[in-house]
Amino acid sequence: MPVTIHEVEHIAQLAHLEFSSEEKKKLMQEMNQILGYMEQLNKLDTDAVEPLSHVIELKNVFRADVVEPGLQTGDALKNAPSKTDEFFKVPKVIGEKE
Amino acid sequence: MSWNEIYEPVIGLEVHAQLLTQSKAFCSCSTKFGNNPNSNVCPVCLGMPGVLPVLNKQVVDFTIRMGLATHCTIAPKSVFARKNYFYPDLPKGYQISQYEEPQCQNGFVDVELPDGTVKRVGLTRIHIEEDAGKSIHDLDIDTFVDVNRCGVPLMEIVSEPDIRSPQEAAFYLIKIRQIATYLGICDGNMEEGSLRCDANVSVRKKGETKLGTKVEVKNMNSFRFVEKAIEYEISRQIDALERGEKIIQQTMLWDSSEGICLPMRSKEEAHDYRYFPDPDLVPVIISEKWIDDVSTLLPELPDMRRNRYINEFQLPRYDADVLTAERGLSDYFEGVVSGLKTKKTDSYKMASNWTMGDVLRVQHERQGSLNDFPISPKNLSALIDAILDGTISGKIAKDVFEEMIRTRESPEEIIKRLGLVQVSDPALLEKVIDEILVKQSGQVEAYKSGKTQVFGFFVGETMKAMKGKANPKIVNELLKKKLV
Repeated sequence: MPVTIHEVEHIAQLAHLEFSSEEKKKLMQEMNQILGYMEQLNKLDTDAVEPLSHVIELKNVFRADVVEPGLQTGDALKNAPSKTDEFFKVPKVIGEKE
Repeated sequence: MSWNEIYEPVIGLEVHAQLLTQSKAFCSCSTKFGNNPNSNVCPVCLGMPGVLPVLNKQVVDFTIRMGLATHCTIAPKSVFARKNYFYPDLPKGYQISQYEEPQCQNGFVDVELPDGTVKRVGLTRIHIEEDAGKSIHDLDIDTFVDVNRCGVPLMEIVSEPDIRSPQEAAFYLIKIRQIATYLGICDGNMEEGSLRCDANVSVRKKGETKLGTKVEVKNMNSFRFVEKAIEYEISRQIDALERGEKIIQQTMLWDSSEGICLPMRSKEEAHDYRYFPDPDLVPVIISEKWIDDVSTLLPELPDMRRNRYINEFQLPRYDADVLTAERGLSDYFEGVVSGLKTKKTDSYKMASNWTMGDVLRVQHERQGSLNDFPISPKNLSALIDAILDGTISGKIAKDVFEEMIRTRESPEEIIKRLGLVQVSDPALLEKVIDEILVKQSGQVEAYKSGKTQVFGFFVGETMKAMKGKANPKIVNELLKKKLV
């Protein structure tokens, strides 16, 4: 099922990105090309293959429950475009939270 | 017309419990509550580019513990997924969670209801995820963000839609809290947000097997509000259906000051989370041995403890319920029992009475934890032993108890210091009683002419003369002998 302009707009909105109509058209074509390739891969018989959730065959990488010092508040806030002494500041958002 | 005659509510709960680890789920920052804003942070939980999260093993152990205690299947393999959404308190733009392969599945808890029936509530799953930060909207024209909570480990416990009333929902939540606190994996503090609860509520006509449209209710931060908010939402849905309206699938926020649920303003695509496996985290593979190791560490659970109190200590069901409701109180009681010199049913019942009565009363006044209670379990055992071996009377023991609270001394020290040892010497008591009987000859005549209720008067007079220190049993025996 090919991607439509409507779906490109939906994905752009979820990613908080804005595109011109030419860009949307280009993205639509690119996404369809990617999906076309996926379709090709889908033709392979993978019934006997375990789904892969990680490209490196590692498992059980853990750390012990030990506290280590992190960043000073001042350093943590350093690159924020808007801040107070202690907080990040963002434009008022309310009610859209999950 | 009551709703429960025609309609039936169908409720499922999602409980988020903060795991009691020292450090966060995927980085080494502290999880301590109440630190200065943005002080428990590092590049990982701030969502800086190029960082690598590494899972805290304790988080897995704790979640397996909960899974075993609630009869879940522990997944031999689980993976982490990214749940994508934009909100300023989530710097990475996604929350690390588990989606298709959660840690625990298909469990249940048995919930006792006040009418004595037991309700079994199925658990769909228990999975691990990280908490988000905190947004503060009322300090400024802008929103302030504190990232301290970002990455704090949570387990989300999702129930089946088995719950049929607001009351069942509250008791289910109490049970989950009780189990998690007994396991020592969550402090269960709803006010500080260590335990949070969302409810999925729908209604349908009785006999109908299809589920109605569900509404999610959030923001219920106490057991009482859970009950009230669900009650409100059920009535709202029934009213709407009675008016011929359709229920809209949406999220409602409980407003405790107004006592109502209000729809949350929400964009439609807010639920398009585009989960995918997190490439930064590798699968967790859990062996049979790992599960065995965790299960040997499981403490005695509240239900088992309650049954032991009933069967082994011969305590009434009521006592067993009160004593096991909170792990702290139950551990205190265990300490008292194990310190008792006299191990018999009477002494267990006394230990229960003192713990449920005086200890609980003083603890409520102090509002502290039982860990720093002025009377250690061992000292309370000594006080009970002192009553049982006749050193002091039960009445004097109440005074000793208050003095123990005040000074933190042992009962032996106080009894000695205040000279409270009970007088059981029959010769000495006989002398006192003889004096009273002479002085109160009128009452003696009354007694002998059949007015037997004045017996208590003589006991009282003897006690008064002995400043409460007379052994009441011996006083009774002597009086009975003398008044024949």
